[in-house]
Amino acid sequence: MADQTSHSANTLSESGKAYWKANLRIIIISLIIWALVSFGFGILLRPLLSGIPVGGTDLGFWFAQQGSILVFLALIFFYAWRMNKLDHEFGVDEE
Amino acid sequence: MDQFTINLLFVGASFALYIGIAIWARAGSTSEFYAAGRGVHPVTNGMATAADWMSAASFISMAGLIAFVGYDNSTYLMGWTGGFVLLALLLAPYLRKFGKYTVSEFIGDRFYSPTARLVAVICLIIASTTYVIGQMTGVGVAFGRFLEVDNTTGLLIGAVVVFAYAVFGGMKGVTYTQVAQYCVLILAYTIPAIFISLQLTGNPIPALGLFSDTQNGEPLLATLDQIVTDLGFNEYTAQNGDTINMVLFTLSLMIGTAGLPHVIMRFFTVPRVADARWSAGWALVFIALLYLTAPAVGAMARLNITDQFWPQGTEEQAVSLETIENDPAYDWMATWQQTGLLGWEDKNGDGRIQYYNDADPDMQARAEEEGWAGNEFTNFNQDILVLANPEIANLPSWVIGLVAAGGLAAALSTAAGLLLAISSAVSHDLMKGQLTPNISEKGELMSARVAMAIAICVATYLGLNPPGFAAQTVALAFGLAASSIFPVLMMGIFTKVNSKGAVAGMLAGLLTTLLYIFMHKGWFFIPDTNQFTDAAPLLGPIKSTSFGAIGAIINFTVAFIVSSMTAPIPQEIEDLVESVRVPRGAGAATDH
Repeated sequence: MADQTSHSANTLSESGKAYWKANLRIIIISLIIWALVSFGFGILLRPLLSGIPVGGTDLGFWFAQQGSILVFLALIFFYAWRMNKLDHEFGVDEE
Repeated sequence: MDQFTINLLFVGASFALYIGIAIWARAGSTSEFYAAGRGVHPVTNGMATAADWMSAASFISMAGLIAFVGYDNSTYLMGWTGGFVLLALLLAPYLRKFGKYTVSEFIGDRFYSPTARLVAVICLIIASTTYVIGQMTGVGVAFGRFLEVDNTTGLLIGAVVVFAYAVFGGMKGVTYTQVAQYCVLILAYTIPAIFISLQLTGNPIPALGLFSDTQNGEPLLATLDQIVTDLGFNEYTAQNGDTINMVLFTLSLMIGTAGLPHVIMRFFTVPRVADARWSAGWALVFIALLYLTAPAVGAMARLNITDQFWPQGTEEQAVSLETIENDPAYDWMATWQQTGLLGWEDKNGDGRIQYYNDADPDMQARAEEEGWAGNEFTNFNQDILVLANPEIANLPSWVIGLVAAGGLAAALSTAAGLLLAISSAVSHDLMKGQLTPNISEKGELMSARVAMAIAICVATYLGLNPPGFAAQTVALAFGLAASSIFPVLMMGIFTKVNSKGAVAGMLAGLLTTLLYIFMHKGWFFIPDTNQFTDAAPLLGPIKSTSFGAIGAIINFTVAFIVSSMTAPIPQEIEDLVESVRVPRGAGAATDH
C-alpha cells in the first residue's frame, strides 16, 4: 500500500487540489438537487405545488412516489459521466 | 394441475437454478469469496446489488405499507432509493479505490485504530443481524402460504438453500445467483402489476396506470380517495402524519441505505473506480423498475380489496358472507384465512361483512343507523398484500406460482448478502484482523464458512421469534447503519477527523440510537419494557424509526469536537486520505 500512495501524496499539488475542489463542487450541486426533489418537492414544498394537477392528485405526490426516483437516477448517471470526464481532464483516471 | 403443484414447480425450478449457478461459480480464494475476484461487470454488479438490496421488505411489505397508509409512506420509496445517490457520490468510488474487502477494514486503516475497527465490526454485525430477521420472517410467510408448510419448516428449507450457495460460493456464487434472483423477482413483481393495471386503467405500464383514469372515466387516485374517505379512512393522497417526522424518517432511510455494509461491499467487486460510479447507477435502474411499480401495486390493490367488500359501492350493502364463501372471486380470502394472516367476523350477525374505519365519528354515526357492530374485516396482515394480489385480481395460476418464487428470491438474495457481510466481518476483521493475524488463506476461507453457518443458525432462530413487522424490523437496522457506519465512512473520506474522534462519534451515534429505539420498542425488543411508544414519542414528533438521522448528527458532532481537542492524524494517514480521493492506482491496490 505505502509505495503506491507516496507518489500521489507528492504530486498532490495545485492540480490535485483543483481536482478535489471541482469534485466537491459537483457533489454539492448534485446533493442540492437530490434534497430539493425529495425533501423539497416531495414533502416540504408540496403545499406550494398543490395547484399543479397530475392524474387525480398533485405534482408533490408524483415527486414523492415517482419523480424523485427518476431524478436520483439522472443524478447518479450525470455524476458518473462528469467525474469520469474530470478524471481524464486532470490525468488521474485509471490506465 | 392444481395451484400447489404449480407453486412447487416454480419455486423448485428457481431453487435448482440458484444451486446450479452456485456450483458453477464456486469460490476458490479469499478474493473470490469476499469480492468475487473483482471481475464483475458494472451492469451485472448493478443487477446483483439490486437483488441484494431489494429484500422481503421491498418485495413483500412495501406495497402493503403504501396501500394502507397512502402518501405518508412515500418515505419508503424516496428513502430506499435516495440512499443510492449518497452511495454513488460520497462512498462507493473512494471505498473501491481503497481496495480492501470489508467496510470495517477501511475504518480500521483510515482511523489507524484496532478499536475503531472493532466498534465498526460490532455496529455492522448488529445492523446486519437486525436486518436479516426481516428476511427470515419474509421467507416464513412466503413458504407458509405457497408450499402449505408451517412457518418453522418453511424457514428451515430457506435456510438450507441459502447455506448451500452462500457458504460454498461466497461473494462470487452469491453475485451470480443474485443476478438470477433479480430476474425472477422483477418478473414476479411486474407481471401481476401489468395485468392489474390493464384491468383497472387499460394502461399496460403500472407506473403510468397509477396516474391514469379508471374504466369509469375518473382518475384512479381520485376514485381511491373517494372510496376510502367514504369508509372513514384517511384520504389516500393527503398527508396525515407529521412533516418533521416524515423528513427525518426519509433521511434516516437514505443514510441508512448508504451505510448498510452488505450494499457497500458490492462496490468492492467491480474492476475499476469508474465502474463503481456506473455500477451505483445501474443498481438504481434495476431497483427503480420495482420501486416505480410498487406505489401502483399498493394503490390498485387497496382499490380492488375495498371494491370486493363493497361490490355495489360504499353507500350500498356490504358483501354477504354467502358471496365470500361461494363466489370464486373471493377464494383468496379463504386461502389466506388458513394462514392466520387474514380474518373476518360477522359481529352483528346480519350475514354481511362491513369493512370500515370504526374509529371515525362519522362512520360510528352510520354504523349506529345501520346496526353495524364495528369493523368486521378484523384481521389483515399488510405483508400478504403483494403475495395475495394476483389472487385478489383473479390472475392465472402460473402468475401466483411466479410471485411465490419472486418473494422467496427477494428474501433469500438479501439474506445471502447479509450473511456474507456478517461472515466477512467475523473471519476477516475479527479473526484475521485481531485474534489470529497469521491465519492462512485456506484457514480464513474455512473460518468465513463456519462464521456464515453460525450466522444462518442465529438468523433462523431470530426469524422464528421476530420482533414486529418485517419492514419495521428492517427500519431499525437502518437507524443503526445511519447513526454509526455512514457518518464515520464519510468523515474518513471527506475530513481529517482522527481516531479518537471517530470512535467517540460512532459510539455516541450508536448508543443514543439504540437507547432511543429500546425506549420505544422495548429493551432488547422484549415486549412491555418500553417507557414510550411511537404514538407519543419522547422527542416531540420523532418516532424511534426516524431517529437514525439524529443519531448521525450526534455522531458527526461528537467526532468533530473530540477530534479537534486531540492530536491530528499522522502523515501516512493523510497520504491514505489523499490517495482514496483520486482514482489512479486502483488496480495496483487490489494486487496485495
